[in-house]
Amino acid sequence: MSFDEIYNIALMQGFAGLSLFSVLLLMGLGLAIIFGQMGVINMAHGEFMTIGAYTIYLFSSLTETHAPGLMQLYFPFAILAAFAIAFIFGWLVEWALIRHLYKRPLDTLLATWGLSLGMQQVFRSTFGPKEVSPTLPDWLMGSWSPSEGLDIPINGLFVLVLTLLVTGGVLLALYKSRWGLRVRATVANRPMANATGINTRRTDRLTYAIGCGIAGVAGAAFTTIGSTGPTSGSLYIVDAFLVVTFGGAGSLLGTVASAFGIAQTQSIAEFFLTGSMAKVLTLLLIVTILMIRPQGLVASKIRR
Amino acid sequence: MAEKKDPIQTPLTDEQRRKVLMGMAAAPALMVPGLALAQAGQFPTAKVNTTKLAVTDTEVIVGQLHSATGTMAISETGSIQAEQLAIDQINAMGGILGRKIKVIKEDGASDWPTFAEKSKKLLVNDRVACVFGCWTSASRKAVLPVFEKENGLLYYPTFYEGLEQSKNVIYTGQEATQQIIWGLDWASKEKKAKTYFLVGSDYIWPRTSMKIARKHIESVGKLGSVVGEEYYPLGNTNFNSLINKIKVAKPDCIFAAVVGGSNVAFYKQLKAAGITGVKQFLLTLSVTEDEMLGVGGENFAGFYSSMKYFQSLDNANNKGFVEAFKKAYGPKSVIGDVTQAGYLGPWLWKAAVEKAGSFDVDKVVAASPGIELKTAPEGYVKLHENHHLWSKARIAQGQPDGTFKVVAESPELIEPNPFPKGYQ
Repeated sequence: MSFDEIYNIALMQGFAGLSLFSVLLLMGLGLAIIFGQMGVINMAHGEFMTIGAYTIYLFSSLTETHAPGLMQLYFPFAILAAFAIAFIFGWLVEWALIRHLYKRPLDTLLATWGLSLGMQQVFRSTFGPKEVSPTLPDWLMGSWSPSEGLDIPINGLFVLVLTLLVTGGVLLALYKSRWGLRVRATVANRPMANATGINTRRTDRLTYAIGCGIAGVAGAAFTTIGSTGPTSGSLYIVDAFLVVTFGGAGSLLGTVASAFGIAQTQSIAEFFLTGSMAKVLTLLLIVTILMIRPQGLVASKIRR
Repeated sequence: MAEKKDPIQTPLTDEQRRKVLMGMAAAPALMVPGLALAQAGQFPTAKVNTTKLAVTDTEVIVGQLHSATGTMAISETGSIQAEQLAIDQINAMGGILGRKIKVIKEDGASDWPTFAEKSKKLLVNDRVACVFGCWTSASRKAVLPVFEKENGLLYYPTFYEGLEQSKNVIYTGQEATQQIIWGLDWASKEKKAKTYFLVGSDYIWPRTSMKIARKHIESVGKLGSVVGEEYYPLGNTNFNSLINKIKVAKPDCIFAAVVGGSNVAFYKQLKAAGITGVKQFLLTLSVTEDEMLGVGGENFAGFYSSMKYFQSLDNANNKGFVEAFKKAYGPKSVIGDVTQAGYLGPWLWKAAVEKAGSFDVDKVVAASPGIELKTAPEGYVKLHENHHLWSKARIAQGQPDGTFKVVAESPELIEPNPFPKGYQ
């Protein structure tokens, strides 16, 4: 094997790690907001991602039948729609279900799990039990090869850029906007925030809806790398919770760090070990670190 | 038809032989559906049902046990539809021994204990004459003790890992050697593949299949060498590291058995990493027309799949089958390998019952070996004494529009061998 080849493989392997990092982060982000900021264990997170994925599928098939000329353009709009639909649905769910259960965190776990089962069956009845794939625009497929033997997946690049945009947007909103201020105040001390005139119920609803919206975007992005079926959401939910818990609930930076750590460990281990052993190794590391540091990588600085 | 075959070849008891002769006497009547009622009179219920099965003068009740809900609904829906279609067609022809088939549908809900419970309900409470069902090996293993204890009869449609043979199960899909060995020989002969990279999901079917594949490549068939063998957890959606490993190993052939949602991610990411059908030879055991819906033709174009049936098979039986299937389930429906195998179940049962002249499980089982089906969409098949089907192996290439083009077919029927020597 020549030096060039080793260099190319190293580059592609580095990108594989980055790509997994962006997937994990995008998965965990919405959950980090809902679980981290509100303490709601949202078991239906995966299904909100599936909503996003099916939105892309709907857009793709509608565009294909009604306006085939626009096939190259529909994707960004479909992502916005995925956010909007998941956002609205999240808003409704908060209003109908979650707000009654804020004082009973374990019951939210059961309620949202039930919700997730119900949603899966709705997907199954609406879209059929078989997996579907949206027709992607040509510019999202294939690879970018700057030199011979080096292939960087375009869908990976796309997810990476989208993740950076969404993460940047969330951080900005959380630390620079009125909404972010209200959320942080509510998390830090709910009665006091109430006393200063913050409508914490509204804040909760908006936070939950935004978390769901981001889940929708994540699901939309994953149609470029994976499949869409009624139960796709359940593939992601474990990893999403892993990222958030390991990073330390309540800290977005922790989520970023944990997604990066898990992705690199897994991706490098996969290269040198077998796939299943890599997973075992990653989980062992996570468990060990959580035993030493139960609060996660980055502990939030609030008084409980 | 089956009745015309020499029943003397198979060792039968005197009583069974008498039943068979009765069946032969009825053969002319069978040809004419209109005479079905007269036929029922020839087969009084007391004679065709000595084991208290749910058989009356006008109908016979069978069970159908698949997952209509849960993860496996993706795969099992096709089998449910195909079995129903076969039963409807048989009923339209006048039924079996003059009796219409009535189906009791039970939902295994992708949960193995539920399968066991429902099979017990079908066999003990409903006393069904036979059951068409199960898909995963796990669900089959869960119901097997029930079928053996209650002496039921199960028609199982999925291609699977072999290493099993039960008196109470008829396997209408391929066991591992029928799918793997001929495909690998073809890869070695036609594609000159010397180095193989084996990839699978991490559970019993891919692992057993790959074990057989490795033995065949390295020792039995002496095709070349295995340069990598990898298993990924079910549901894994990230294959970038694996793809880099494949790039390092540069195999002549990627031999894949990845299933479920992972399957889709695998092919999407292969394409995204620049590994396409133009540059790389890939042969898989786990992509049928059903999976293609999710994978997408553009991601699988140029790769090869090893199955016994493809929807595009060009023969008169298949043309009629595809037409009837699309008429029943919509023009967009597709038929995969297992769906076709599911369709064979009711027809094989019909032939066996008519040969035995009885619905009793023991007699149907005894009559089963040697049953032939000339009307099968995959072409002629025959039931082996080990309860598996003689069938052909086929290789087809994925097309950008998501269909398969059959490029090779084994010249002869391949003998089923669930316990292959030299492969353990």
